[in-house]
Amino acid sequence: MTWNFTPDRPIYLQLQEQIKLAIISGLHPPGGKLPAVRELAEEASVNPNTVQRALTELERDGLVYANRTSGRFVTEETKVIEKTKSEMAMELVEAFLSKMASIGYDRKETAAMIANTRGKEVQDHGNS
Amino acid sequence: MAILDCRNLKKSYGVKSALSNVNLSIEPGRIVGLLGPNGSGKSTLIKICTGLLTPSSGEALIDGMSPSPETKAVVSYLPENTYLNNWMKVSHMLSFFQDFYADFNVAKAKEMLKNLSIDEKDSLKSLSKGTKEKVQLILVMAREAKLYLLDEPIGGVDPAARDYILSTIIKNYNPDASVIISTHLIHDIEQVLDDVVFIKDGEISLSSTVDDLREKHGVSVDAHFREVFRC
Repeated sequence: MTWNFTPDRPIYLQLQEQIKLAIISGLHPPGGKLPAVRELAEEASVNPNTVQRALTELERDGLVYANRTSGRFVTEETKVIEKTKSEMAMELVEAFLSKMASIGYDRKETAAMIANTRGKEVQDHGNS
Repeated sequence: MAILDCRNLKKSYGVKSALSNVNLSIEPGRIVGLLGPNGSGKSTLIKICTGLLTPSSGEALIDGMSPSPETKAVVSYLPENTYLNNWMKVSHMLSFFQDFYADFNVAKAKEMLKNLSIDEKDSLKSLSKGTKEKVQLILVMAREAKLYLLDEPIGGVDPAARDYILSTIIKNYNPDASVIISTHLIHDIEQVLDDVVFIKDGEISLSSTVDDLREKHGVSVDAHFREVFRC
């Protein structure tokens, strides 16, 4: 996994987001074991306490649980993962819509454009 | 208990004040950046903690003790200038450190030398300035100390070695030990740090965790530093 951090926000938040993404995308499957704090810290070149904090936040979100003796695991409750996924999708859509609004397209026009591209995509797919 | 506790530290060189009223407490398990422009008092503070300088007033306690042979046994110090003897070989330095420090882990030092492709048989005289600095840092980091005081550890080495040094600091992380790093190269070490301490004209002007500072100001520590210390 590659890690990228932007300078404008707390690092633990960015770690939290990137681990969340890895869970949603299935890179860390439900019930799968997460790397140890030290491993993650080394891999991402960040402070171990920061990794600890990000994982604690993910535990609070219910995406990750800690087993006292054997480490941290991704939740087995796919519902929680699905919910996180749709929340993240909504955030992305909102961000996209506000960007479109800033260049002068309202939601309806944007939706029409999306419908249009989607049609093309399906067609392309059908041709190939 | 705090691993380092500075209470009302003051240091003057003649009439010139180098540190005034420094209060600083560092808990075990933290990696702390001591950041400030040239001449702000970073090295003076570190030298007081090592016992190389005595404060004009106030005190610095390491693990509850004033600087003494006992504290020197648990403090690993990287000075700004290397003290390696040119006539010695790298291997001589290894035995030298083994003799000097009970907590020196020679296997760890050898592994790090190998990772940086430094030959133990090389004499120090033949090494470049940067390589010498790497050797010095390896010696310091291979101790199993409680407090590491690193005065400008990454200034003279190339970016690749810098990354290796930072990953060594992370790998070495021990919840019972703390690391204090003084540097101007904030951008490079920011994500390795728990806390930052800004020091300005001999006084501590800011002390915060990295993430709190980013949250509060919406910029990196590096950007905030440039703002605070704008010339």
